[in-house]
Amino acid sequence: MYQIDNLVKDLVKQHGRAREALMPILQGVVAQHNYLTDEAMVEVAKELDLSAAEVYGTASFYTFLDTEPRGKYVIRVCKTITCAMKGKNEIIEVLQEMLRINVGETTLNDKFTILETNCIGWCHKAPAILINDTPYTDLTREKLVKIIKEYMHQ
Amino acid sequence: MINLTINSKPVSVPEGSTVLKAAEKLNIHIPTLCNHDDLCVVGNCRVCVVEQKGARALIASCAHPATEGMEILTNSLKVRNARKHIVELLLSEHRADCTKCYRNQNCELQTLANAYSYGDHLFINLIKDHEIMIDQTSASIVKDDSKCIRCQRCVRTCAELQKVSALAVSGKGCNQKISTFHDRPLSHVVCTNCGQCIIRCPTGALTEKTQIEQVWDAIYNQGKHVVVQTAPAVRVALGEDLGYDPGERVTGKLVTALRQIGFDSVLDTDFSADLTIMEEGTELLTRLKKVLVDGDKETALPLFTSCSPGWIKFIEHKKPGLIPHLSTCKSPQQMFGVLAKTYYAGKRKLNPADIVSVSIMPCTAKKFEANRPEMRASGYKDVDFVLTTRELAIMIRQSGIDFRALETDNYDSIMGTSTGAGVIFGATGGVMEAALRTAYEIVTGKEVPFKDLNIVPVRGLEGVKEASLKIEGCKKEWAFLEGVELQVAIAHGLTNADKLISKVVSGEASYHFIEIMACPGGCIGGGGQPIPTNNTIRQKRVDAIYAEDMEMKLRKSHDNPEIIAVYKDFLGEPNSHKAHELLHTQYIERIRN
Repeated sequence: MYQIDNLVKDLVKQHGRAREALMPILQGVVAQHNYLTDEAMVEVAKELDLSAAEVYGTASFYTFLDTEPRGKYVIRVCKTITCAMKGKNEIIEVLQEMLRINVGETTLNDKFTILETNCIGWCHKAPAILINDTPYTDLTREKLVKIIKEYMHQ
Repeated sequence: MINLTINSKPVSVPEGSTVLKAAEKLNIHIPTLCNHDDLCVVGNCRVCVVEQKGARALIASCAHPATEGMEILTNSLKVRNARKHIVELLLSEHRADCTKCYRNQNCELQTLANAYSYGDHLFINLIKDHEIMIDQTSASIVKDDSKCIRCQRCVRTCAELQKVSALAVSGKGCNQKISTFHDRPLSHVVCTNCGQCIIRCPTGALTEKTQIEQVWDAIYNQGKHVVVQTAPAVRVALGEDLGYDPGERVTGKLVTALRQIGFDSVLDTDFSADLTIMEEGTELLTRLKKVLVDGDKETALPLFTSCSPGWIKFIEHKKPGLIPHLSTCKSPQQMFGVLAKTYYAGKRKLNPADIVSVSIMPCTAKKFEANRPEMRASGYKDVDFVLTTRELAIMIRQSGIDFRALETDNYDSIMGTSTGAGVIFGATGGVMEAALRTAYEIVTGKEVPFKDLNIVPVRGLEGVKEASLKIEGCKKEWAFLEGVELQVAIAHGLTNADKLISKVVSGEASYHFIEIMACPGGCIGGGGQPIPTNNTIRQKRVDAIYAEDMEMKLRKSHDNPEIIAVYKDFLGEPNSHKAHELLHTQYIERIRN
């Protein structure tokens, strides 16, 4: 894993120091680290001559820019109407049972986090989840168990 | 010009004017809330909505530009209903325990509720008592989110006027709130304590941390000798909180009121402002000598003033590399504090442990400053309690004093005599003017070459001011300054300060002496001053400061007989060893974020 300050410096080289560089830089940090540590936000603020509060304010607006500790695999379960009607609750039940954590929590080994998300655009193949950037759709209990087991062994 | 009608009345306004400005021209009142003259337009509270004939939706008059032929209705059924609902929706997210609120009777939301939200309330109250968190960690500012209506005036103030952005908008939708970095306590983030957010907050969400009760306790304690000092900017603003128009000077009544409240000795920060000039003026001349004659590379020029604790904390957080440029002089408040428990205690034969030192300040950052560990040179806490102008107004009302009917009176002695130079500390440019009046005379033996001592180029509300003064006819010991053009600059508001010092750092501009005040207008626009404060009011207070100066018998710090006495009897001479021990301080580097 990168040192945070080096990672931020690399991202600044890539995207510049203008205010509009803030989003791609934050996304770049999350791509490497799963969430924005306080240290990372302070570092970004320093590089872009913003206050840390402004960086936090921006990050906290976006669901996919987490400012709380997250596992290596962030599982986001779609909670919007179609997925909800097609078995979202069961999906969550299975995940909670397998990972022994509740929604919003991270496993002790920092591997998995379960979150709910608003519509991710897979209504036609509901219920759907995202694991990091990969969507899994048309889920059944059996399919989901298989997917999670694969991640567990990775 | 753009021609439109508002409530069928025709009006012409320059292109780019908002509908709100057009209505003001017709003396038609449209209620506003998030709108503030000092800040950019956001149009997020919607209180100012009006109907545009032919348009489907209502428009926010503060943000919407007037266009040709527009027909605006400010009082139609649609507007009245919408306005009522908007105010009630704001109230549903606001902990409206008005009778217990610090801003009771001086709250813009309360005023709106009083005017527009009578009768049935349609919306349930969304404030959950068990979720209320009040941040009391700061020495200066209390933040209570349960009273926040997210108008973002504080956020805009902190970003636009102060370039600090201690507060930002976080989250979204129903979870939107005004946060520090990761919701850390205010005491642990980059905040200068300037209180400019407080004087723009329309509700009680941001208030000063009050010490009224502690001061009453000290007054009632028979064993304590309670001294009070009043800052220059208080006397030109206090009246506003007691029913006077802005710009009214109440110096004499202020003294009487403080006596009636029960302070044992009513003294003046203007005295220690004069003392600051002696110390800082000497420091400037010493630094000039070190640089120009001795070629000393360690000595930093330009010299920055150090009276404004908001400015000090700004440098400590954001530009610690510039700390050597800061004058080592304590602020007048702290010079007074340390002398009260040493010099004054000795003269009055008092045990300093029995003295309680209170200051009345236009400032919230002064509360933090008084708590700094460096500010105990007397062996005690030099200034025990700091009250804002607003807090003093509350104490005067609590005492049942009929302020208007009070006789005027003079400050006590010792440490109550001052000059016009001390008075003008309250306005931006004032410290510079006072310093020049003294330094020029030290060097040349002559008065500054300006009519009536009024150094007009350093005055006024322009964000950054520059001036130069040619030094001619130097005394022998200052011959190295002969013919030197003394370059000075002044900034007020930390955004302006940041601009100015960036020019210095980049080498784009060079000066000998720079005055910075953290608050727009200087102390007269401080975060502890009466609410509201705006440009018109600031100008009136500035005018009052200079009028007060003109009426003073003495107008140069070095002519103050009590200053001459304190050096003769106690301190020796300016920048003496003892003066350094008591009146000077040092600064520390703080977290950047």
